[in-house]
Amino acid sequence: MGSDRIVGIDLGTTNSLVAFMQGESPVVIPGDDGSNLVPSVVALDSNNQPVIGNAARDSLIETPERAVYSIKRLMGRGVDDIQEELKFFPFRLAEDLQAGEVLRINLGERTFTPPEISGYILRQLKRNAERFFGAPVTKAVITVPAYFNDAQRQATKDAGRIAGLEVLRLVNEPTAASLAYGLDKKQNGIVAVYDLGGGTFDISILKLHDGIFEVIATNGDTHLGGDDIDNLLITIALDDTLGDLGLDLRRNAEAVQAIRKAVIETKIALSSQASVKLDIELPGGKRYLREITREQFEQIIQPIIGRTVGPCKQALKDAGLRPEQIDEVVLVGGSTRIPKVRALVKELFHREPHTDLNPDEVVALGAAVQANILGGGSEATENMLLLDVTPLSLGIEVAGGVTDKIILRNSTIPASATQHYTTQVDGQANVAIHVLQGERELAKDCRSLARFDLKGIPPMAAGMARIEVKFLIDANGILHVSAREQRSGKEAEIQVQPSYGLTDEQVEGMILDSFDSAEEDFRQRQIIEARNEAATILAALDKGKKSAAWGHLTTDEKKKIAKMEKALVAVNSEDDYQAIRKAIDALNQGTTRLAELMMDSAVSVALKGKTMDEVDMGGGPTAPHPVAKAEFE
Amino acid sequence: MTNSSLTTITAKAAPEETQSCWSCGTMRAVHFCAACGKVQPPVPVDYFTFFGLPRKLNLDISRLEKDFYELSRKLHPDLSARASSQEQEWSLQQSSLLNDAHRTLKDPIRRTQYLLQLEGVELEEQSKTATEQARSAGELKKQIVPPDLLEEVFELNMQLEELRMHKKMGEDDPALIEEIGRQKLELEEKQEALLRELKDHWETWDGMIQRQQNGQPVSEEERKQERGKLVDLLNRRNYIRNLVRDVSEVLEN
Repeated sequence: MGSDRIVGIDLGTTNSLVAFMQGESPVVIPGDDGSNLVPSVVALDSNNQPVIGNAARDSLIETPERAVYSIKRLMGRGVDDIQEELKFFPFRLAEDLQAGEVLRINLGERTFTPPEISGYILRQLKRNAERFFGAPVTKAVITVPAYFNDAQRQATKDAGRIAGLEVLRLVNEPTAASLAYGLDKKQNGIVAVYDLGGGTFDISILKLHDGIFEVIATNGDTHLGGDDIDNLLITIALDDTLGDLGLDLRRNAEAVQAIRKAVIETKIALSSQASVKLDIELPGGKRYLREITREQFEQIIQPIIGRTVGPCKQALKDAGLRPEQIDEVVLVGGSTRIPKVRALVKELFHREPHTDLNPDEVVALGAAVQANILGGGSEATENMLLLDVTPLSLGIEVAGGVTDKIILRNSTIPASATQHYTTQVDGQANVAIHVLQGERELAKDCRSLARFDLKGIPPMAAGMARIEVKFLIDANGILHVSAREQRSGKEAEIQVQPSYGLTDEQVEGMILDSFDSAEEDFRQRQIIEARNEAATILAALDKGKKSAAWGHLTTDEKKKIAKMEKALVAVNSEDDYQAIRKAIDALNQGTTRLAELMMDSAVSVALKGKTMDEVDMGGGPTAPHPVAKAEFE
Repeated sequence: MTNSSLTTITAKAAPEETQSCWSCGTMRAVHFCAACGKVQPPVPVDYFTFFGLPRKLNLDISRLEKDFYELSRKLHPDLSARASSQEQEWSLQQSSLLNDAHRTLKDPIRRTQYLLQLEGVELEEQSKTATEQARSAGELKKQIVPPDLLEEVFELNMQLEELRMHKKMGEDDPALIEEIGRQKLELEEKQEALLRELKDHWETWDGMIQRQQNGQPVSEEERKQERGKLVDLLNRRNYIRNLVRDVSEVLEN
């Protein structure tokens, strides 16, 4: 069962998570630092090795040129698309980038494409899951913003492959969220999912019908989210420091990151406080002080959150519904914690939105539900089926640079359309086709997905060839094109190469730890990790023995602990990681009372007015012990 | 879950397609095997046949939706995620056909257009071949301004142009906006009326098909005449829909 385990992954702009279906309910798998969220940050350490998540976050401030965040904004995009982003994000693009090429980012002395960076994040999640299961994980469902286009989806799929994951399905984030909600409340009705995350906004309207989750309309903006609020606050702070202190920090990456960290904390605090004082230490010993009230904050962010109104109204219109006809509204994404956003949603849909599930986790939980469905389902997911739509119309360029739409937006996927082409001149061997995605009339205003040639048409008089081209959007929202010359029956399969996509060969060359899934490799890593953990708990126990709490244990308890300690030391030198883990778990269990006693004494000392530093805690069993850990940091 | 009459109807609609299931050998229906539930290789069929429906224009939408959900539960790629790549491919083909068919048939206009296409009428807008074919066949072609609307449309276009100019100059003209708004309402009513008229003709068409099914002869002349009426109504309705769209654009911008 181990190798068949399919995980659900939320690959977010700000944070990423991995979840799976435990029995009948989805749960998030924590990392070895105990945290459910893995910050979507990748940095290079001093040995030029990538570090991911919380470990990488510090380097954003210390060595900003060796770290990258919000990479999701660059997925599936070209250099022309991201000029706006470059004004606000410290992405260091490779100097020799050509238009139409896959982006490359400099990190220290190394260079990476966005799918590779995302691949590192995915690999971290994969490892977290493997550590949790004690078995390899090779299959995943990954979520994407509903409004992601073909190239962005393809790039996400590539990232999965690079990380050594078979991506069984890309699921739209709001749809995934509805699955997580729908699990408990099997009911029929119309649901709107408002998903404002770190970098993307989606609105999806679904019809729930006896376990079928049918998306009726979706809309959004793949470049709208909490990031934009942060950038606005950073700009204000930078203007202030320039104006009041005469300090131009715009090119000072460390200072900008320090400001960024502070404004994010402020933003979060303003969701629960009426006013927050910003106090940032600047280079040269100066301080930036400013108080921001919630009222001011709400004014500042109005233009940003106001941009979600248009897509919501369009989605309602496309669904043919009035706001009163929506039965439930669900909030997803960290930015929906902002009270002003909640008020806006209430105003738009005339009802109080649901917030029962953690908006940071609900998408990953939904991905786990979908993973379970794909894996054959269980009692909880029986009869559940997701029918999603394509967010953007698919078109082809016809004479005069006009887009001829052949699959309209909000069509249930998989969806297909067939077009017929012929030749213009005698003996013409090629026909060029330009595939577009978007709603605009003119081809130049739509997103160019791919240009391709139908090649090898048998020589015929002009207009005689009859080439049938089939466009098919699969359940991942990714386009496939196939063509056939009908008179000769000659078939030509065409893989659409997204305009800013990687070739198969390129992806192949990027695959991280090609032997990652190999049993031996996996086992070796598990042994090393298990031994590290064993060393940590043994060291913690040594310290615990020296603490006052040790004296409060009964002789029997001490004996038991000694026995378990011996057992752990014995298996630790062998190559059986499962045995080592078992022994660790046993010792962990056996020392629970010791940890509690140590905590009690810490608390009572603290109550007597002493600070924690003054008390000799003897360290205590630190690392793996969940109870003791939080208090001894 | 109960299997509705769908499978039987489907099998009846394509009796020449009776083959055995590739997996369990039972005689199968078009989309999936009733015995073992396995998705079958797609057979090229039209959308009506796919749903086991006669080529009639009146159809029970709630029944169509029910069948759509039921077939989705059999054909969707999610259900074959663990199957062989061949089965996954069939499932992808079958479910895209299902979705395409459902999308086309549930909408009254698309349904009518699709049926006319099956009848050999080319509806592509501005298509030269369509014009020529229509001319040689003596049928009406789409996108010709309906003569009785000519004057009205000319007037409206003038007013729209005027309003565009005003807006460009930043001027306000409430009287003109009101007048155009009134005309828009009229056009929308006309569009509704045309849809009703179209639906009336569905009855005639369906009656004709029913007669044919009952073994009574239907002359090619009659069929052509009915087709012509439907094409004419579709053209008028599409023409007015485009007008309404233009008016809304000018009013909203």
